[in-house]
Amino acid sequence: MAQQVHTTRRGLLFGTAAVSAGALLTACTSNDAGNSKGGSAEQAPLADDKAGKHVTIGFAGPQADHGWLNAINVNARDRAKKYKDVSLEITEGSNDTATQIGQVETLINKKVDVLVILPADGKALTQVGLKAMRAGIPVVNLDRIFNTPQAYRCWIGGDNYGMGLNAGHYIGEKLKGKQNARVVELAGLDSLELTKQRTKGFDDALQNYPNIKKVARQAAEFTVESGQSKMAALLQANKHFDALWNHDDDQGVGALRAIEQVGRDDFFMVGGAGALSAFQAIKADSGVLKATVLYPPTMAASAIDLARALGQGKGIGGMAEFEIPSSVTLYSAVVDKENVDRYMPTGFN
Amino acid sequence: MTQSAAAPAAEKPAHAAPPPRRPALGLRLDVRTLSLLGVLAILVLVGGVTKPDEFLAVSNLQLVLTQASVIGVVTVGMTFVIIGGGIDLSVGAIVALASVWATTVATQDFGFTGVLFTAIMVGVGCGLVNGVLIAYGRMVPFIATLAMFASARGLALQITDGRTQVVTIRGILDLGNKDAYVLGVPPLVIVFAVVVVIGWLLLNRTTFGRRTVATGGNPEAARLAGIDVRRQRLYLYLLSGLCCGIAAFLLIVLSGSGQNTNGNLYELDAIAAAIIGGTLLSGGRGTITGSVLGVLIFTTITNIFALNDLQSATQQIAKGAIIIAAVLVQRRTAHE
Repeated sequence: MAQQVHTTRRGLLFGTAAVSAGALLTACTSNDAGNSKGGSAEQAPLADDKAGKHVTIGFAGPQADHGWLNAINVNARDRAKKYKDVSLEITEGSNDTATQIGQVETLINKKVDVLVILPADGKALTQVGLKAMRAGIPVVNLDRIFNTPQAYRCWIGGDNYGMGLNAGHYIGEKLKGKQNARVVELAGLDSLELTKQRTKGFDDALQNYPNIKKVARQAAEFTVESGQSKMAALLQANKHFDALWNHDDDQGVGALRAIEQVGRDDFFMVGGAGALSAFQAIKADSGVLKATVLYPPTMAASAIDLARALGQGKGIGGMAEFEIPSSVTLYSAVVDKENVDRYMPTGFN
Repeated sequence: MTQSAAAPAAEKPAHAAPPPRRPALGLRLDVRTLSLLGVLAILVLVGGVTKPDEFLAVSNLQLVLTQASVIGVVTVGMTFVIIGGGIDLSVGAIVALASVWATTVATQDFGFTGVLFTAIMVGVGCGLVNGVLIAYGRMVPFIATLAMFASARGLALQITDGRTQVVTIRGILDLGNKDAYVLGVPPLVIVFAVVVVIGWLLLNRTTFGRRTVATGGNPEAARLAGIDVRRQRLYLYLLSGLCCGIAAFLLIVLSGSGQNTNGNLYELDAIAAAIIGGTLLSGGRGTITGSVLGVLIFTTITNIFALNDLQSATQQIAKGAIIIAAVLVQRRTAHE
């Protein structure tokens, strides 16, 4: 029985693929092949700024109760506005699983062309993702990943493990040659998978530097308030350390307050996410914050690009394939004084 | 007036505490308070043994008291509401709303006073709405404050759009820094102490306090004794709102920002601290001293956990166990 359901689902997915392929062929014939410069003749038409077939994108995100999530919404909206051939159907964000499922179902019923979903909880939203795919609406899964690849056509998101890894390497290089160096970690919300991945990456990176020891790790809650209170305790417990990695720039505002309050400056700090306030502090170079590891909210804009390409049956520039990739993982670059100007425009409040 | 207010409380056998007999300012150290002090002493011992250098430092005492200030002020207001027979589930949300509203004002260059005034007015305003709904709209406190909880958090989110509103007014920020300590006491802790003293006097030495106890112990008897029970209830929620406003300002000083997530779970922490402190959830009995000890116990636990680098999961489990232990110890001693 279960097998049968499975087969049917697969059949439907093949159906979807066939429809997309059909759309792709139409797009091929209707577009001149002018943009496949120097490549093979088989290059698919690429999505570009020129207006094409009209695409309605449904966007369902979580409640923007955090600076980064708000930046996600802003990025998605602004990017959609850029295209004359895109209209965005956006639902009110919610952290409640049942509500978000309802919202996605509404978008399915409205028969949008493509769905972009940033689930509050990836696992809990998997079923509705499958439902959309079965209804022939390709899903771009943003950041928090669904349980099965069947529930999305394309996933784009950040690299939490890579964030920890790059933060660890940055700190490791800075402390190279320093004997018995001590680092402290101010983690994010411990109940989230992403926090574990960030910590794992950080620990793995530190393995490369035997002179460094992680002496303390406390988890905050991604809020300014928790950042202040956990950092105050970390400072009290560790009278001496050389570097601090803080998972999130929002809670970093609180952490920096706690550091300022006791007047410590005997270590340097690396943040996470890429908030505007963090970029400004790094640029000013007046405090302990020397760098931050990116988890770019621009992924929402890229998700809109991918959704548009999907809707128009086009590929993306810089790649030989006919279709957009099935998964895109962003790079968690380290932003410090050297390159902060470049990233400044992507900073969020 | 004083007589009539105190009388029903004394007559009521079930819950009401006997009115304080000694007019002297000395704190009456009953078994309940002693048992709480005992719990606190054990915690201090644990902290002192596990992390002698860090825990017993003056800087750590300053830290614990500072961290207790914000939730402490909220708990004083909550204690009054619960003694008066009500509950306020909206305190955390009011702190959030007051802090984001005040920090929005901060960005408009209204300065120190503007921020302080806004925080307090938003707190009082929310308290007023709660009070009117409960006292005159005859709504159940649980529901009315739940509605306030939802709408205040929603409004806070709408104002900020999820952004962290960073305060740059030096006068406010400096209050939280080491240089502002008065004889080693952080200004936040002074505010907390003042609120506690005023709260204690209000509850134990005024007609208002006796009316509160009477209203919570037996509203019908209180009404017959000539107390305007409705107005009393309104005042209690106003008081709670005021405390939230003050707490919001303290939080702005502490964190240097306003965020819609501020005051997360304060309602539960404040209720738990008050209950651990011996306040009866059904009203009519409770002490400010007990609530303050409750807050200090919580803050000290959190502090010891952090100093020993315990992880969140362990912290939560241990916190739950300690709450149960504290209440059990107290129940035992209370029966003696």
